Amino acid sequence: MFGSTWKKTIGALAVATGMAAAGQAAAEDTKVGFVYVGPISDHGWSYMHNVGREAIEKELGLTTTYVESVNEGPDAERVITKLAKDGHNLIFTTSFGFMNQTLKVAKRFPNVKFEHATGFRRSDNVSTYSARFYEGRYVVGHIVGKMTKTNTIGYIASFPIPEVIRGINATILGARKVNPDVQIKVVWVNTWVDPGKEGDAAKALIDQGADVIMQHTDSPSPLQVAQNRGVWAVGQASDMKTFAPKSQLTAIIDNWAPYYVARAKAAMDGSWKSEDTWGGFKSGMVQLADYNEAIPADVVKLAEEVRVGITDGSIHPFAGPIKNQAGEVIVPEGEVADDKTLLGMNFYVEGVQGELPQ
Amino acid sequence: MDSAIVIASVLTIMTAATPLVFAALGELIVEKSGVLNLGVEGMMIVGAICAFATAVTSGSAFLGIIVGMLAGAGLSLLFAILTQNLMANHVATGLALTIFGIGLSALIGDGFAGQKLDPLPKGIPGLSDIPVIGPLLFGHDILVYFSIVATGAVAWFLTKTRAGMILRAVGDNHDAAHSIGYSVIKIRYMAILFGGAMAGLGGAYISLAYSPLWAEGMTAGRGWIALALVVFATWKPWRAFLGAYLFGGVTIIQLIIQGYGINIPAQFLSMLPYLATIVVLVVISRDKYLVKMNAPACLGKLFHASH
Amino acid sequence: MLLKLESRGEISRSMLYATPLIAVVLTLITGFFLFVFLLDPSKNASAFDALYTFFVDPVIASGGIAELLVKATPIILCAIGLSMGFRANVWNIGAEGQFVIGAITGTIVVLAFYDVESVFILPMMMVAGTLGGMAWAAIPAFLRTRFNTNEILVSLMLTYVAVLVLSWAVHGPMIDPDGFNFPQTRLFHDSALLPIIWEGTRLHLGAALMLLVVLAAWLIISRHLIGFQIRVIGMAPKAASYAGFKEKKLIWLTLLVSGGLAGFAGILEAAGPAEQLVPTFPQGYGFTAIIVAFLGRLHPVGIFMAGLLMALTYLGGENAQIMLGMPKSVTGVFQGMLLFYLLATDVLIRYRVRIGSAVAKSANA
Repeated sequence: MFGSTWKKTIGALAVATGMAAAGQAAAEDTKVGFVYVGPISDHGWSYMHNVGREAIEKELGLTTTYVESVNEGPDAERVITKLAKDGHNLIFTTSFGFMNQTLKVAKRFPNVKFEHATGFRRSDNVSTYSARFYEGRYVVGHIVGKMTKTNTIGYIASFPIPEVIRGINATILGARKVNPDVQIKVVWVNTWVDPGKEGDAAKALIDQGADVIMQHTDSPSPLQVAQNRGVWAVGQASDMKTFAPKSQLTAIIDNWAPYYVARAKAAMDGSWKSEDTWGGFKSGMVQLADYNEAIPADVVKLAEEVRVGITDGSIHPFAGPIKNQAGEVIVPEGEVADDKTLLGMNFYVEGVQGELPQ
Repeated sequence: MDSAIVIASVLTIMTAATPLVFAALGELIVEKSGVLNLGVEGMMIVGAICAFATAVTSGSAFLGIIVGMLAGAGLSLLFAILTQNLMANHVATGLALTIFGIGLSALIGDGFAGQKLDPLPKGIPGLSDIPVIGPLLFGHDILVYFSIVATGAVAWFLTKTRAGMILRAVGDNHDAAHSIGYSVIKIRYMAILFGGAMAGLGGAYISLAYSPLWAEGMTAGRGWIALALVVFATWKPWRAFLGAYLFGGVTIIQLIIQGYGINIPAQFLSMLPYLATIVVLVVISRDKYLVKMNAPACLGKLFHASH
Repeated sequence: MLLKLESRGEISRSMLYATPLIAVVLTLITGFFLFVFLLDPSKNASAFDALYTFFVDPVIASGGIAELLVKATPIILCAIGLSMGFRANVWNIGAEGQFVIGAITGTIVVLAFYDVESVFILPMMMVAGTLGGMAWAAIPAFLRTRFNTNEILVSLMLTYVAVLVLSWAVHGPMIDPDGFNFPQTRLFHDSALLPIIWEGTRLHLGAALMLLVVLAAWLIISRHLIGFQIRVIGMAPKAASYAGFKEKKLIWLTLLVSGGLAGFAGILEAAGPAEQLVPTFPQGYGFTAIIVAFLGRLHPVGIFMAGLLMALTYLGGENAQIMLGMPKSVTGVFQGMLLFYLLATDVLIRYRVRIGSAVAKSANA
């Protein structure tokens, strides 16, 4: 009962290092460290980064280390420093709140390579990477726009940061493409994980007529509520089908593994350089879980067309005309929102109910 | 708001309030015996994971509830030994218990995240289909009914039974109770264990019924709220029950009004339950006589028989 | 029961110093078995290695002492303040909230003078932070003295409110205008950052100020009349009222001092290692401080030692994760264990253990 997961991890690690010794030479000097903001058991954000870490071990046979539940603040700087001092030459810091600490430590360890998730500051040995989850939300928007009978989507949101707002907007833009009457009700719960409160928010939204529950919080609790109440839901970060086999329409999956493996490889063969990656469907960083069988074939077809369109670049979720709630045009017809607008997004588009808490 | 939404919201509030009722009732008995155990949060979360782990492994929610209560009681035993036998300070020991409990629960819970459980069955077949009163009266899981029974039982115990009077005597003046021959330590031991079991039950309700899954730190501060409810209730069981429903109500209502789209920062809405608790505390404690009548006089004081 | 406690009648000096050592040894022994149980053989580490990694390596690592002091500074500052109240039976358990509000009010100064480079900015910040913490603690003080409201619960509830105020502030009025709307304040400018006092480490001026506070508290407690008043009220409220001490005045005094020190700690943390405010700025130092205050037996020097020990368990926990692949939760379990043993062995200071109840009883009677 105690500690089964990490025992397995260490077991795998031992096998993997054995393999490495037999095979690559460079593998011996490449050690990869990970800093997580939550526990790897969160089944959401940190869990998926840990899946990416395990892929590095499995595919490249490298030694990896992780530190979980690291507070975004002074503690992070100490942990990152410790990893760098301990001979890790590639360090992933997997939360926005590690940005300044990562850059500070990177300055002191010019030979160590750093990868910071979701940030916007880089340096010679600090890369940034993030995923265009909004692409997934846009496809999901099409599905929920078709599936809702009450024309009301309930959205459980954590904190009003651009990432979350972007997700809400992408959803309504997608949904309105197929159903102009649909609207989104947003409830802010001010937490990433509090299963009780997230579930309560789901109940409140369902009581107010929402028949699809989406979330930008980490626990599968809202899906369980949706399953019990017989409404639709969309999984967050990982496939949450076990929690809502009937209700989960699909899930937006954070798939960091290919990127992590590629960057670790680059660090091994010396081709690593600082860059900014914002991957979506195309790079496989964002994936959708299997569609629920209850979704009609034509809706699946439509969703797939949009997904393929985004992948090949013919469709952009934030293509104009996009209006804010006041009806002002933010992105004119024929243009698409640039990455800077997307990164700092702080307005609701038309169709979102309520005002953005600022 | 139509009646359907009101009924549904009441049901949501009841589920949110039930774990608070259990934990508050337990702490109420503990405090009535003159002991202040600030470790409720730690006992709750250990109860939550042990109940969940047992229910998942054995397939029996009932067994889960029992083990959750035992786990809470087990943790409170540590508190009892330290404070009753080894004369450790109540406040410090309680806080240490919370730190320990949160760590221990994460250690046990490793491997149980991502597992799911069916929630406790709800409703009495047939009766819960009656319009309006059906869901309100008959649409709950068994523990919601038990929380009402438990509140009544604790109230009866404290006011109507001899054992309850002894418990209160120990809490009000342990030296006097000792001198007329009661075993202060033994009585406090039983109160502490009861408090632990009830906190464990509250935790079990969270991981088995409220949101049937395991996530680290999932009690999210509810143990602290239970502590506040006891004072809020001036150590009276039915008032603690009412307080839990009020707190649950304010929490849920702020989520509901957000759904209606109002322009108040969500942070301020999240503050409401805490501010409301402070306001009610002030209103209640203005009346010094009321507090003096009900507060255990020896709360948190150490007792040693040779004094 | 075979073991019987017998009052010593006075405090045992030798036990005062011996019990922390006994507790640490007991923790190490239990920890040894815990590690035997938890360590995977494939990691090629013995339980001895694990204990070394947890308790020794963080200190002897280069810059280890500095890190320990950086981590312990806010905890010790909060604990010193709280101990004043605890001595007088005033239970402020909301140092966490006062810590947060102090950081916010101090940061308001930073943001208001963001274009100004001046040596006066840091002192202004410290004053603002201290006043902020005092103001937050004044609420339970006022409610307790005016309405007799329990300060434990009010200060605790206000902690939740303070954390939400911070969340609102960094999402709204204090947000970094160049930060792509991420919830954080600007990074403090050079005039608003505490100077580093040990080159090559993160040890900042705040740690030195903390030492001064420890010394000052020591002097006050042992020499000053207020220290005497605090002690008397804590030990025997009735005696104190006969002696003419004003209980209300003392409630105000202790809450303002503890709130002020917590607020001071808050702005030092912000201007020291944090360099900005983010929603996750509070991380439970105010709560940890309560335990540290007790472990240090409410004595400034004891608190200083206890704070360092507590900081060591955090650093050791990180080490165990990095070097041994242990889960984070081990830290909490270790802290809990250490605290239990310390609290349990404290009994030896005032009591001695006798074997055989009958004998002890007759001896007493």
